[in-house]
Amino acid sequence: MIDRLFTFAGTGELLGQGFVQSALLAAALLGLVAGVLAPLIVARGMAFAVHGTAELAFTGGAAALLVGVSVSLGAVAGAVAAGIVFGLLGLRQRERDSVIGVVLAFGLGLGVLMIALYPGRAANKFGLLTGSIVAVDSTNLAVLGTVTVVVLAVLAVVYRPLLFASTDPDVAVARGVPVRLLSPLFAVLIALTTALAVPIVGAVIVLAVTVIPGAAAARVTASPVVATLLAVLFAELALVGGTVASLAPGLPVSGYVATIAFLCYLGCRLLGRQRA
Amino acid sequence: MTDVATRVRTAAVSLRGAALRFGERTLWEGLDLDVEPGEFLAVLGPNGSGKTTLLRVLLGLQPLHAGQVLIGGRPPARGSGAIGYVPQQKALAEDLPLRARDLVGLGLDGHRLGIGLRGRSVRRERVRAALESVGAGHYANAPVGRLSGGEQQRLRVAQALVGDPSVLLCDEPLLSLDLAHQQVVAHLIDRRRRAADTAVVFVTHEINPILPLVDRVLYLVDGRFRVGTPDEVMTSATLSTLYRTDVDVLRVRGRLVVVGADAHCHPEEAP
Repeated sequence: MIDRLFTFAGTGELLGQGFVQSALLAAALLGLVAGVLAPLIVARGMAFAVHGTAELAFTGGAAALLVGVSVSLGAVAGAVAAGIVFGLLGLRQRERDSVIGVVLAFGLGLGVLMIALYPGRAANKFGLLTGSIVAVDSTNLAVLGTVTVVVLAVLAVVYRPLLFASTDPDVAVARGVPVRLLSPLFAVLIALTTALAVPIVGAVIVLAVTVIPGAAAARVTASPVVATLLAVLFAELALVGGTVASLAPGLPVSGYVATIAFLCYLGCRLLGRQRA
Repeated sequence: MTDVATRVRTAAVSLRGAALRFGERTLWEGLDLDVEPGEFLAVLGPNGSGKTTLLRVLLGLQPLHAGQVLIGGRPPARGSGAIGYVPQQKALAEDLPLRARDLVGLGLDGHRLGIGLRGRSVRRERVRAALESVGAGHYANAPVGRLSGGEQQRLRVAQALVGDPSVLLCDEPLLSLDLAHQQVVAHLIDRRRRAADTAVVFVTHEINPILPLVDRVLYLVDGRFRVGTPDEVMTSATLSTLYRTDVDVLRVRGRLVVVGADAHCHPEEAP
């Protein structure tokens, strides 16, 4: 069992393959954008909203599968719709949590139903939850690359007001920061990232890499810059490392990525305890 | 307009015939007020009397229904560098990814677009000076969420002053602080207005911690108001007229005790 989980026999050979390199590139791109977003997600207390967005991307993807249009397109539609709704709810935690719970439960149920109704191959169905990173083609890569550039470019423009609004909303409002406008904008950035990542790496991993790296970094540093750099490092470590580790065993990457991310968090918590 | 413009010293804050309504309810109207540079104005009144809304008007977040408001001779603008804002102390999340110096820095340029790569050394120096001025230099790198309420409010003062404002707006900044920290924070605000001629508009429900510092009081009750020195406004006669009921103002060991006004408060009407 253990032998099967942790083997690198043939990893070197696999790394030479085109499809593996595409997968690693996709993992690296996602790690970059997820790592940059993660500290802000944690600062805004949006972990649950990200979870909801990922599940709604799954619902959208399942609907697209059923009606026979592009799964990516369906995932984007579902995630962006969820993102805008969650974003408009602002930062009032209690109200937001219950609304997300309601929307998420309904979306998930609907998604499962549509998957059950889908007559096609079972691998396509499962793929939405666990992803199929080895099936990344050049179109996927181009879209993921574009989204990475767009998200990073938008963040570069709105980073300071977004940090202000996320960490200190009352004073940000007083200083004229359009807090109410930034909230749905940020939610859309998360939604775009999530939606494009879900069909490639699966809903499970999107959660692992958009929340855990930020939560881990927040345990060891309070500097926004250092937190962002650390979160990118953790996300890359988990995604690229997890992908490489999953190659030889031929198992889904989800478990590996989530485990590495979790270990980063655990390590940071222990370090953070010493700091306090 | 001309009477303001031709004045030798432009008022830091000027209101002329200012009126504000919420639906049918008039918070206040016909409000004429000039706050001079370096003046300390306390804004008092029961909940729902429009104290905080007045600050929102000065911040440019809330338009007047009638009249005119000028900050340093100009209409208020969102994010104006002329204004510093000190909020109530509120608990911050312990794992908030923000250090003391970052919180203060956001007061300087947090409203600007971009990631702020230019002018970093100037910025660092201004933030350092602001932290030193409130005695917070030694915890500049501490996570804000792990600081005490008093330490956080010092940072709030630094955050408001780092942009070198000509008007300081304070919204109950002493609330939920213990007496010692109330004194420290009030003193920091007072020192600043004397040193830099900064006008202070200080919203509070409790005048005693700042009584020795206050030049004038604006007292708002149910659309009525009175402006004057504490000795003029904080009297049984004036407050009884404002509240339209018998109110007694007692002086006990240098403190003011207002009796009878509480029964008249209508917190549930707060907008």
